[in-house]
Amino acid sequence: MSDWLSPADFQAFLLSLRIAGISVLVSLPAALAIGWLLSRRRFPGRILVEAMLFLPLTLPPVVTGYALLVLLGRNGLFGGWLESIGIVVAFRWTGAVIAAALMGFPLLTLSARVAFDNVDQRLESAAETLGAGPWRRFLTIVLPLSAGGIAAGCVLAFARAFGEFGATISFVSNIPGETRTLPIAIYELMNVPGGDAGVVRLSVLSLVVAFAATLVAAVLGGRLWGSRRRA
Amino acid sequence: MLEVSIRHRYEDARLDISFNSEAQSIALFGDSGAGKTSVLDAIAGLLKPDAGRIALDGRIWFDSALSLSVPVRERAVGYVFQDGRLFPHMSVLANLLYGPRSRGGNHSLDHHGLDEIVDLLALASLLTRRPATLSGGERQRVAIGRALLAEPRILLLDEPMTGLHHEARLDVLEHLQRLRERRLVTMLLVSHQALEVAALADEVILLGDGLVSGQCEVDLFARDRSQTNPAMARANR
Repeated sequence: MSDWLSPADFQAFLLSLRIAGISVLVSLPAALAIGWLLSRRRFPGRILVEAMLFLPLTLPPVVTGYALLVLLGRNGLFGGWLESIGIVVAFRWTGAVIAAALMGFPLLTLSARVAFDNVDQRLESAAETLGAGPWRRFLTIVLPLSAGGIAAGCVLAFARAFGEFGATISFVSNIPGETRTLPIAIYELMNVPGGDAGVVRLSVLSLVVAFAATLVAAVLGGRLWGSRRRA
Repeated sequence: MLEVSIRHRYEDARLDISFNSEAQSIALFGDSGAGKTSVLDAIAGLLKPDAGRIALDGRIWFDSALSLSVPVRERAVGYVFQDGRLFPHMSVLANLLYGPRSRGGNHSLDHHGLDEIVDLLALASLLTRRPATLSGGERQRVAIGRALLAEPRILLLDEPMTGLHHEARLDVLEHLQRLRERRLVTMLLVSHQALEVAALADEVILLGDGLVSGQCEVDLFARDRSQTNPAMARANR
């Protein structure tokens, strides 16, 4: 691999994988919680929550990145306070994780919500008559029966995070080994004379990852529909 | 003793049902749309009536005058749904043990009562299978076993033989008769089939249009039916 890719490009590839993977893991609990609320509860402000959920998809990513800078940057609204307790995210890979998590969050939450919608609620009432409390019902009935759809959502969110560019570069800039992800490396190579070959190589790599992800998501999503058949 | 007195208003229908029964096996008999399943749902706690009172053997489960409604999972009902509702992602054994495990019971295979129920309902050869691979009659037997293993105070049976073909129907009927003879638990059967009611109940509550239209011993019910229904007369001969 490193014969084909330069060490710097390989580093960018690994960094992108790591940032995308961690961003999915950290956003999963909140995505499941909000997905479940949207699927099962009617509450005031529900429409507002749904609209806000779509914001990262509809807003120009550079605006999202700027908002993150204003909120979490060193001189930002919460950045100074975070720094005082030892947490700095601006221009760090952790900041790239936050940007990637935010951009993947709508896909993850909406997939979870659809997966929960597809669980037959009559099975939950059956479990309730058998003495299962809410957590047991969620862990033994809802989660296993929606696992395919949630996994598909994870893969989509991963792919979205892997390709994240706008919010990342405006929030954490381009620091090799820290925030120089694959898309940022491609952008950088495009601006370097003679970088065309590198652009092609990294673009092919991105294509492979993106295609594999959508393929896996489709297969997992298919399993979700298969598992809907009720006993 | 089962005491039911519920009033509930739907968008397009009303339910006003009151009856008491001390029978071991009670049937709610009536056409579809008569409110039979709503009564079971109210007893299980899945439907909260607008007003009324539900009590079993002196334990009050619902009383609108006292603003009392015992949560579903504390009522200890065994509900056999019309559509089975087995958990599709679990084996038959895991389905059977779901109740005991939910109540923090013994997780092992030799759970108290498991062998007895497996034997009673002839489930031994099905334990490792998934619900999707079972026949309709097998599924209902598993659903009955699962409800019984939750150690219910009352077994609610919602049209347990509807939708089954003839042989499966007889198979489930035979197992329910065995269960009734064992007198393990009070049974409340919902059915629109007079034959099933005659075969399984001690006492019959007649429902129509959301109201109780009569209550009688099963002998009287069967005699009454046989006079008006030739098919019933042949079956009873």
